[in-house]
Amino acid sequence: MTKPETTAKAAQGTPPQDHASGATKRTGAEIVWDVLASEGVEVVFGYPGGAIMPIYDAMHQRPIRHVLVRHEQAAAHMADGYARASGKVGVCMATSGPGATNLVTGIATAMLDSSPIVCITGQVSSTLLGSDAFQETDITGVTLPITKHNYLVTRAEDIAPTLREAFFIARSGRPGPVLVDITKDAQQASTAVDWRAREVRLPGYRPEHQPSKEELERAAELIAAAERPLILAGHGIVKSEASHLLMDLVEKTGIPVASTLLGLGGFPATHPLSLGMMGMHGEAWVNTSIQEADLLIALGMRFDDRVTGNLKMFARKARKIHIEIDPSEINKNVTVDVGLVGDLRRTLTQLLPRIQQRTCEPWVKHINSLKGDSAVRDIQYVPSNGRLHAAHVIHDLWWLTQGKALMVTDVGQHQMWEAQYYRHDHPRQLITSGGLGTMGFSLPAAIGARLARPGEELWVVVGDGGFQMSAAELSTCAQEGIKIHVAIINNGYLGMVRQWQQFFYENRYSATTLHNPDFVKLAEAHGLAGLRVTRREDIPEAVARARAHSGTTVIDFTVEKEDSVYPMVPTGADLGDMIRRPTEGGVTGGSTPWNSGAV
Amino acid sequence: MSPIQQRTFIAHVEDRPGVLNRVISLFRRRAYNIDSLNVARTERSAISRITLVVQADEREARLLEANLYKLINVLYVEHVTAQGQVARELALIKVRANEESRSKVLQLCEVFRARAIDVTPTSVMLELTGTPDKIDGLIEVLRPQGIIELVRTGAVAMARGAESALADLLDTPPGEPPERAA
Repeated sequence: MTKPETTAKAAQGTPPQDHASGATKRTGAEIVWDVLASEGVEVVFGYPGGAIMPIYDAMHQRPIRHVLVRHEQAAAHMADGYARASGKVGVCMATSGPGATNLVTGIATAMLDSSPIVCITGQVSSTLLGSDAFQETDITGVTLPITKHNYLVTRAEDIAPTLREAFFIARSGRPGPVLVDITKDAQQASTAVDWRAREVRLPGYRPEHQPSKEELERAAELIAAAERPLILAGHGIVKSEASHLLMDLVEKTGIPVASTLLGLGGFPATHPLSLGMMGMHGEAWVNTSIQEADLLIALGMRFDDRVTGNLKMFARKARKIHIEIDPSEINKNVTVDVGLVGDLRRTLTQLLPRIQQRTCEPWVKHINSLKGDSAVRDIQYVPSNGRLHAAHVIHDLWWLTQGKALMVTDVGQHQMWEAQYYRHDHPRQLITSGGLGTMGFSLPAAIGARLARPGEELWVVVGDGGFQMSAAELSTCAQEGIKIHVAIINNGYLGMVRQWQQFFYENRYSATTLHNPDFVKLAEAHGLAGLRVTRREDIPEAVARARAHSGTTVIDFTVEKEDSVYPMVPTGADLGDMIRRPTEGGVTGGSTPWNSGAV
Repeated sequence: MSPIQQRTFIAHVEDRPGVLNRVISLFRRRAYNIDSLNVARTERSAISRITLVVQADEREARLLEANLYKLINVLYVEHVTAQGQVARELALIKVRANEESRSKVLQLCEVFRARAIDVTPTSVMLELTGTPDKIDGLIEVLRPQGIIELVRTGAVAMARGAESALADLLDTPPGEPPERAA
């Protein structure tokens, strides 16, 4: 990287139709809403407080919906969920000090998963900055490492240009969170500056790169020459809306596709060449085929340690092509033969005409032969002895929703079971916290996703631990009249940590047992519906009742307490070196309708 | 793996509050100990220049450069270790010197082409501009005399040749990005 690629210039935002003309003076607070409207914002998630009161006061009679959260962390997750579900920028608001610091986990979550959100925080008046004033924190300092960029605005004139930059930065290039901290006096001051006339100019910002013809040719040559090629599909497929191009690539070449957790849905799980998830909890034969491949085509993914296992042993037989929008990801974890820096959709569009038609039949046949005893070890086929397993719940949800529901998960065992047993066929069908692994993410993210996509069936899959980290947002569901279905996978443990304690700490269950409230009563206390399911045969009726209910339903699925997620690559181990589910349970085969569609 | 060695980065940045913090935060996060850091304005209004020296291997240096580019306020980055660079540093050194030892101090000063800029009955203050090595050398020979106090600016560096690092950037018209150099 020796030369700057371009002088980035933002596209003009859509000019507001009806207000903000230069002729009349407007307060900073009013300008905030003018800009949000001009950026096409439909909903803002937030919580008022002293230092952001002028903005809340200026909210009256705006066309933008405001959702009052119960904790600011949830506001950031909602904005994130909205962004992931819609592909647009999510917006959240909080006051200064504790309001702003409560956003931090949500911002970090959005950062690690490249989710475009704009966070607007109130700040104490500029005259008080740095004086340890009431509810003052240096939130730009605090969020510096977890935002794509952030701003402190102290003048009303700067609010509009800054917010426009913030939206442009959040959504362009590799998306991410941008925080704009606005002092109270800037919100209150009036200005007549016509901000629409000023173009956004960010000379140091280079959101888009383009691979050279030579690099594209080289990639095409490697694809033509490979005998055992494999596509690794990441989040970029979803973010760049490149699914159809991935499908074109697969149809032209017959190359099988393994997905990262966040890449699930980017390629249809029910496609014959879809291998499903790879990595720490990927199927054994998927990971083995990665280790045996002679070419990896990594699309919009970043070789996270949960995907690669031990880097020294990762895919040693394979040449690697990496297509990625962020230049700093090339050769960060895995050294590649060809690194194509650019937007995935654009790069695949350029690459596809250079790709020769081919097939990979012997290789695909070989991969299928690696499946071996995977089915035997599948919990679907292990006799349940009347006990309810989390995998049953997920599998049956997949069956009963015909694989079409918008799924939002929390973090932990249930998240991995969801990834393994729900088959996602569509981009943006699975919303989950991958990079940061944020417990408490799912319920608020689902509220955001619900507002982005009001018409779709939406299920939250959440553990009993994660649910309690943001259960207060049930109250938000009730107040906003939001209908979502919450499936608590309740095993009375912090299940994933318990599993690690079982595997790696000789069954010493340290602080992983949970005493839970009655989740059914908790839902009812919020005026919502609550159900409890303890037997697999009761799942269909519970799902039917949840669907029939007009509002949010919480279903407490009381499941087997000490189930573990298999297979598992221990941290730092070779990707092919997996802990498998013990087979002593024997095989029952697919005799129930629930089993007929299983792996 | 290439050896760990001193790497010099020159970051041309927008002259705004907090930008230096963003730049060094990137090194802090990765637990680099910064050997030297220099920041000041340049010939262009609103653009400052940061010269930063750290120990890193080739791969780390490449990633640091790529990550510097991700900062919105960073306009242009040069990693000048491998190419021809001129690096200079300024030091002010206050040394003990009485009537007997003063001439010896001034002689040493001569050899290094340092200048005496302040003299008291018991001390001399010297000013030296040169490569960081040369400054190390002068400090070494002065140490037996008794160094009272010293300050160094840290290296400032510039690539050799007639080009300006920023000219291309600021003259590039906005629009479609050009093809990336291989």
